[in-house]
Amino acid sequence: MSAQNTDPQGTGAAGPLFVAPFLALFLLLFLTPLGYAAYLSLFQHKLVGGTTFVGLQNYVNALKDPLLLHGVGRVALFFLIQVPLMLLLALLFALALDSGLLRLAKVIRLGIFVPYAVPSVVAALMWGYLYGPNFGPIAQLGRHFHVSTPNFLGNSWMLGSLANIVTWEFVGYNMIILYAALQTIPRELYEAAAVDGAGPWRIARAIKLPALRPALTLTLLFSVIGSFQLFNEPKLLQQIAPDVIDSGYTANLYAYNLAFTGQQVNYAAAVSFLLGLVIVIVSYVFLYVANRRRNA
Amino acid sequence: MSKSPFGIESPMSRRRFLGVTGAVSLSAALAACSNSSGGSGGSGSAGGAAVSQADIDKAMATPTTRTFWTWVPNIQSEVALFEAKYPAIKVNVVNAGQGTPQYTKLRTALQAGSGAPDLCQIEYQYVPTFTITESLLDLRPHGASALKSKFVDWTWSQVSGPNGEVFAIPQDTGPMGMLYRKDIFDKYGIAVPKTWDDFAAAARKLHAADPNVYLTNFAANQAAAWHGLLWQANAKPYTVTGKSTVAINVDDQISQKLGAYWGALAKEGVVGVEPDFTDSWYAGLNKGTYATWLTAAWGPAFLSGSAASTSGKWRAAPLPQWDASAPASGNWGGSTTAVIKSTKNPIAAAQFAQFLNSDPDSAKLFATKQFFFPATKTLLADQSFVGATPAFYGGQQVNQVFADVSQTVNTSFQWPPFLDQVVTDFTDTVSKALSSKGDVVGSLAQWQSRIVSYAKGQGFTVQGS
Repeated sequence: MSAQNTDPQGTGAAGPLFVAPFLALFLLLFLTPLGYAAYLSLFQHKLVGGTTFVGLQNYVNALKDPLLLHGVGRVALFFLIQVPLMLLLALLFALALDSGLLRLAKVIRLGIFVPYAVPSVVAALMWGYLYGPNFGPIAQLGRHFHVSTPNFLGNSWMLGSLANIVTWEFVGYNMIILYAALQTIPRELYEAAAVDGAGPWRIARAIKLPALRPALTLTLLFSVIGSFQLFNEPKLLQQIAPDVIDSGYTANLYAYNLAFTGQQVNYAAAVSFLLGLVIVIVSYVFLYVANRRRNA
Repeated sequence: MSKSPFGIESPMSRRRFLGVTGAVSLSAALAACSNSSGGSGGSGSAGGAAVSQADIDKAMATPTTRTFWTWVPNIQSEVALFEAKYPAIKVNVVNAGQGTPQYTKLRTALQAGSGAPDLCQIEYQYVPTFTITESLLDLRPHGASALKSKFVDWTWSQVSGPNGEVFAIPQDTGPMGMLYRKDIFDKYGIAVPKTWDDFAAAARKLHAADPNVYLTNFAANQAAAWHGLLWQANAKPYTVTGKSTVAINVDDQISQKLGAYWGALAKEGVVGVEPDFTDSWYAGLNKGTYATWLTAAWGPAFLSGSAASTSGKWRAAPLPQWDASAPASGNWGGSTTAVIKSTKNPIAAAQFAQFLNSDPDSAKLFATKQFFFPATKTLLADQSFVGATPAFYGGQQVNQVFADVSQTVNTSFQWPPFLDQVVTDFTDTVSKALSSKGDVVGSLAQWQSRIVSYAKGQGFTVQGS
């Protein structure tokens, strides 16, 4: 006999009890730091004069800060160019793998996924070497054939070079999500479509893509967050191209530099919150558009 | 031996904090000393009552363990000398990162109020960054003033506070000089430049003779070298008065002279401007792309380790001069040992800082084991040190060259109390102008205005603006 019948009040207590561990950790590890950061962002600490309460002044300053606005603008551009490219590639790979027409599908799947397993620190260092203008292999190959190669670490190429690293790292990850979603589509649908005379392209367009929409939305959301929080790659390439990647190259890098080189922890907290707000807004807009399309 | 003050960071080793050792019992007895010496720092010339010899003897005989943050490799050898002399005191050496990462951790610990070490490796240029937050212990009550005559004058003024406080003990130094490729100079008939005018002429001549060779690489990112050259030119970029007044002059006549000079050479393309300590830069030094390296006294040992294939081809000389009749130089690198004010055992910590850097055996070991360039007058006159004739430099007495240079370093150069920000702003403005071969003189004004607005934002009164 289950407890439900004999002791209805016991279940009332059991529910919250089951949730309690999660809730405690959620409060402790998620909401508390967030609340503390919000609290910090309302103060200002000066080397001379100490800490004072300044209300929303940090936010007002941040909205007028050209370095922050440039940083956000740059990651927005990065998002607009890099993410569609990456998701398109991930989608193509997922469809190709799912088609069952590839030989060595498992090896290819693993090969595309492996870069995701490489720590981004290692990836950035490795690509930094490949990009090297003097004795990076690409530049050397160019010199060997007397072809001039662009300076990948120069001012005009840097963002593209970063986009390339991030794409290399995350195509596999997104591909796995899309591939898993494809696997859940009932095979009978394909058979029925084939009976109706649909070819592989038609099946991909009419069955697979619509079924992939929730998964695509998910990958897009991850990408919004990833792009706007771009940090590891520029931080590491900064070592070899300090004159191109400045302290405000991306918004996250700017917040980091404010906190750890400028000692402006309070201002950094405000900047981080604003960046979080930007991410929430962009995510919401994309979700809204995606949902409206689906309902339309 | 790729061991330089600006070299590759060594990985962080175990980081064990103290706090629960036998030190606690002793700390109660010493609290009074700690407060009196720490609290009165800056007032009066004596800096608080001197700690009596009896107290020192007692403290040094009482078993305790002190924590020392440093990135110096193999410093255990020097520490062992101290522990042999004072068997009761154990020093726990912790590598908390080299330079900036360590300072970040130190600041975090200081702000948190726990977890800070008793002693810390601090570079000269960062001493004011930690004295503005009153984090360093004045060592005068512990007998540090008596050491003044042992150290080269400019090193002592670097660790001294405005009221004569002694905030750290110098360990090693980096008076700036020039390393050059004798073979390249000979091949193209270039004399060792005595003045900066000679240097510029040589840069044009060399690059015209061989477009693949540059007289030097003036690393656009290297704020430390820029400051060293400002120092040589007798600039006073930062002046701190009292606790809250600063004057910022990184855009004055001297700075503009420097900016115009290097900006022109970079624009003409006769000197390189790539970032230093990168793979590409190392390759340049090895392949003879750069005929000189404007560096510091730690450079010779560093170079012989990282450009081994060029052994025998290098020589050392003083920096080119603005005024050949009054030779001058600046400093780049080197560091000190400081006692953190929050230490529970200031006596033992202060004695360790002093012993480590002033004991003749310990100081000498730094020169022979870590290849540090000394800060003590004795070592700079020690024949076994300055008389060394390394084959990498064709048997030249390289240390003697830099020992002489050390005598010409100006004693009045000051650092700002917020160096990290100054360096970041330098990278965002002057570095960019140099590397893009743009308007370097104009970028100095940007640098100046960014520092000024930061200083004001931090509550400082900025003189002259």
